[in-house]
This record gives sequence, C-alpha cells and structure tokens, in this order.
Amino acid sequence: MAFEFLMTNGGYYLALAALFGIFMAWGIGANDVANAMATSVGSKALTVRQAIMVAAVFEFAGAVLAGGAVTSTIRKGIVDSSLLVDKPEVLVLGMLAALLAAGCWLLLASRNGWPVSTTHSIVGAIVGFAVVGMGIESVKWDKVLTIVASWVASPLTAGIIAFLIYNSVQWLILSREDPLERARRYVPFYMFAAAFVMTLVTLFKGLSHVGIHVTTVEAYLLATFFGVLIALIGKYFISRIKVDKKAEKKFHYYTVEKVFGILMVVTACGMAFAHGSNDVANAVGPVAAVISVVQTNAVGQSAGVSIWVLLMGGIGIVIGLATYGRHVIATVGSKITHLTPSRGFAAELAAATTIVFASGTGMPISTTHTLVGAVLGVGMARGISAINMDVVGRVFLSWVVTIPAGAGLAILFFYILKAIFM
Amino acid sequence: MTSYLSKIFGTSPVDPIQEHMDTCFQAAKKLTPFFKAVVDDDWETAIAVRAEIVELESRADDLKSQVRSNLPKNLFLPVPREDLLELLSYQDKIANRAKEVSGLVLGRKMKIPPEIKVDFLAYVSRNVDAAKKARKSIRELDELFETGFRGAEAKLVESIVAELDQIENDTDDMQAKLRARIFAIEDELKPVDVMFLYRILELTGDVADRAESVGHRLELILSH
Repeated sequence: MAFEFLMTNGGYYLALAALFGIFMAWGIGANDVANAMATSVGSKALTVRQAIMVAAVFEFAGAVLAGGAVTSTIRKGIVDSSLLVDKPEVLVLGMLAALLAAGCWLLLASRNGWPVSTTHSIVGAIVGFAVVGMGIESVKWDKVLTIVASWVASPLTAGIIAFLIYNSVQWLILSREDPLERARRYVPFYMFAAAFVMTLVTLFKGLSHVGIHVTTVEAYLLATFFGVLIALIGKYFISRIKVDKKAEKKFHYYTVEKVFGILMVVTACGMAFAHGSNDVANAVGPVAAVISVVQTNAVGQSAGVSIWVLLMGGIGIVIGLATYGRHVIATVGSKITHLTPSRGFAAELAAATTIVFASGTGMPISTTHTLVGAVLGVGMARGISAINMDVVGRVFLSWVVTIPAGAGLAILFFYILKAIFM
Repeated sequence: MTSYLSKIFGTSPVDPIQEHMDTCFQAAKKLTPFFKAVVDDDWETAIAVRAEIVELESRADDLKSQVRSNLPKNLFLPVPREDLLELLSYQDKIANRAKEVSGLVLGRKMKIPPEIKVDFLAYVSRNVDAAKKARKSIRELDELFETGFRGAEAKLVESIVAELDQIENDTDDMQAKLRARIFAIEDELKPVDVMFLYRILELTGDVADRAESVGHRLELILSH
C-alpha cells in the first residue's frame, strides 16, 4: 500500500519539501544570519555590504563543507525511523509539517522581534509530530536529551572561552603601555588560532560528508597552513593601518581598535561559516529525510546527505540575506555600537569555535544563544559597558516557549497534510 | 523589525557621565569671570555670568537624571552601579557650588576687600583648576572601560588624581592664608560682611573639595 502511495505522490512530496526547505532557509537567511553578522557591523569592522558578501560566501561554504553531521542528526537522529518501515508516508508528511511549522513560527517570531532559535523550533516540531503521528516511543529520547543538554552547554562553553580570550587580550595588549605595538604583534596570532580551529574541526568532522577523507597529520598540516596564510594576510592589512592622531586624542585606543577590526573580519568569516555549518541543517535536514524516503521508498537506509540538498539550503540562505537580511543587519548593527572590535572578536571567536565544534559532533545548537553566552563571557571579564540582563533572561527563556510552539504547529500541519494526502 | 541581540546591549553610561562632568566644569569655570566682574564692581557682567552658571547647572541636572534613568538595577556593568551614581552626584555638586556661591555674592552685592583682591582671584582660579583636573580624569573614563580598569591606563588615571590632590592642597593653603588676611582687616569691615566673606571662601573651596571627591571615587572604582 505504502509503496503505491509513494509512487503516486512522490513528486509532490519532493516539490513540497524543496519549497518548505527553501522557505525555512530563506527565513534563516533573512533573520538569523543578521544576528550572527550584526556584531561585526555594529563594531564597524564591516560595512553592511561587506557583511552580506562575507555571510553569503561563508554561510554557503559552512553549509556545504561542514553541515553534513547536523543535517544527519535532524534527518534521522531524533526519530527512530525503524518503526516506520511499513508506513514511510508518515515520516514524509511529518517532516514536511515540521518544516512548515518551524518556518511559520520563525516568520511570526521575527516579525514580532521574539528571541527564538531556529534550532529549537525545528527540534520541537520534529518531536511534536513524532509523538502524535508515531507514538511517544518513536522519539529517541536519549538523543533528544543530549541535544537539550547541548543547548545549556553551548552558551556556557562559549561564555567561558570568550572570558578567557578577552582576558588574554587585556593582559597581552590593552593593559600595557604600548598597546598599539602589542596589538600589531599579537593580533595575527589570534587570526591564526581562528583559522586553525575552524579548518581543523571542519577537516576532522565535516568533510567526510562531502566524501573527502584526510588523515590526522594531513588535517593538522592543512590547518596550520591555513592558519599561517590567514595570519600573514592579516599582518599585511594591519601593517597598512595608519595612526589617526586626531581620533587618538579623543580616544587613545582608536588605532588599537582598528587593528582588532581587521581581526574581526576574520572572526566574522568564522562566525558565518559556523552558522552555515549548524543552522542550514535545520532547513535541509527534514528535506533530506523526505528525499531519502521518496527516492528509495524505504526508511532508515544509510546513504549520506547528498551535496545538492546542502547546496539548496545554502542558496536559500543567501536569497534570504539578499532580499530581507540586509535590512535586518543594518538595523541590528546600528544598535550594537558599544561592542568594540576588541570585544566583538572575542565573542565571535568563542561562539564560532563552539558552534563549529558542535556541528562536527552533529549537535544542532542555537547560534544566537551561543553568541549571547559569548557576549556575557566578555561582560564577565568587564569588557562591556552595559548588558541588559532582563533581555538576556528573556532570550534564554524563549526556548521554553519555542519548543511547545514548534511542536503544536507541527502537529496541526501534520493533520492538515494527512487530510490532504492520505 | 526589532532584534533582541541589539537590546542586550544597554546604553553605556560613559558618554553621558563625561558630558555631565564637562558641563559641571564649564559652570565652575565661569566663577573666574564672575568674580573678576565682582571685584571690578561690574555688576551687569556679573549678573550675565551668573545667568550662564545657572543655565549650565540646570543642564547638568538634566544630564544627571538622564544617566540615572539609563542605569536601571538589572543592568550588568563592569563596575558597581552605586559607584557610578555616587561619582555622578559628586560631579553634580561642583556645579551646585558654583551656582550657590555666585548666587550668594550677587544677592548681597558683596564687595571683596581690595587688600585681598589678587589673592582671592588666584584662589578662585586654583579651584577652577581642580575642577578641570577632575574633568581630565573623567575624560579617561572611556579608556578605563576599554582597558577593563587595569594596567597602564589605570596608572595614568591614578597620576591625574594625584595631581588633583596636589591642587586641592594648594587651595587649602590659599584659603588658610586668605582667612588670616581677612582676620587682620576684620575690624575695618562690617561684621555681617566678614561672616559672609568667610562663607564665600568656604563655598568656593568646596569646588576643589568636590573635584577631589570625584577623583577619589574614580580611584575607588579602579581598586575594585
């Protein structure tokens, strides 16, 4: 029965999956990316136009090169598909419902300025349809618990890393008598660290989904190569920075911050890459699940995520960025003016490292929460002149609302789709 | 379109605190032309200058309440909120003193005895110097936030505050000498005038005192 059913509707499902997937990727590009890039724009390390270019290139690269593991988790890590061998259509409709639910919830939330996470929406939506459509035992609760634990651990980790990075900046550069010379000397090392970590995690954890396999030695060598390359390029740009006497008189650390501005270009790339590696999966994971069922008429086979699905997600995000995201980046960026590059880079580097590492291990985490955790870490190191703790509390509490909202909408859409197709 | 990420960053109190200090210093600075006019018996100018002082003082008050309203309790700051508020209230008193002393002089059309004219004007200008030094220390506030109140920048501010202490000591010495000189000519003056003359000395000296308090508050913030 199921076999025939899929044969007749398979085309529709693929089309709907692609449509909903792009809708959600568009939503991520329109809103979520803005939060990832706004710190760079706010600290004037990048113009809005440059931020969009960086985001487009590195979101895309992150999605394709390092997005595979999280996509797998979303696709088959949350729901136990072995229970669905005899009714694959439930999984297809459920994943479609989850996509639509998360997409709609995100649209609603970003219209109203609610601090919701794309990851929390999609995970909540998948768990929601699974419980209702397939029974409570179909959810891999141990995996879900691990994911939820990672939502607590990731902002914490990013906060601690940011605290340490910012303290090292204080100690090495800012508290010294010759901060400019020291910034010129030490900032390239931070660039090296950023490029090294990003490359290494990608090589170890991400690329196997693209079909590239590297040995440990090769990975370290390549990461070192990229690290040195980025550091040298950065050093060249740093050497071109001239001291602005007039601006220095008003604010003695003006030129020092300019040097950190170059560093922040590097960490912004890392942030976009990390965001792409984790959040694109939210949109393409369910699409990949639908495709694998329709193409093979079976559930739970072990084929990897095909590249073109990741490409589709990447393209969707870039479209979202281009159509709507640039306004958001400009708005958000213009409001984050007290985050100077020496702080912004520490927050971005810490968040990006945490996210890329989570991506490597297949954990779908919230980019925004991780970034907020990193910002708090810098704040704890006395780096930020004022943090609104009320808003921080609301951001972290939002997932308590987002998960049931995502789940409820997914259940609703699941029944609607079921009524149409079954 | 609103974004929660931007709302996380509260309004930094640094700029308004610096602007407030600058306004208070401007008010104190006017004491120099004010007393110059008083000594020269040019009451028209004195009234005009006094009006400027009043204007500056009320602007300082506005700025003060603006800072306060931007420092809600749930704000997470690198320094204790109470310290910043106290710093602000010391700054404010510099302008208050300038307003009070000029008001008192104007209200009684007081005359400064010609014997102490030169020394008195020097005393006023030294008090203004103290306010200027306090402003200089507060002008480093953004740099202090930048460096996390540590290291070379903190040392720089400590040295400014040390200079401020020195100026305040000068004003104390000058005040003592002026008192002695007034005491010497006391019998030639009306008793009520003498009383108020001492009062003027004290109030003017308060400008340097408050300026010094600003510096000390800042040092206390550094030691956290």
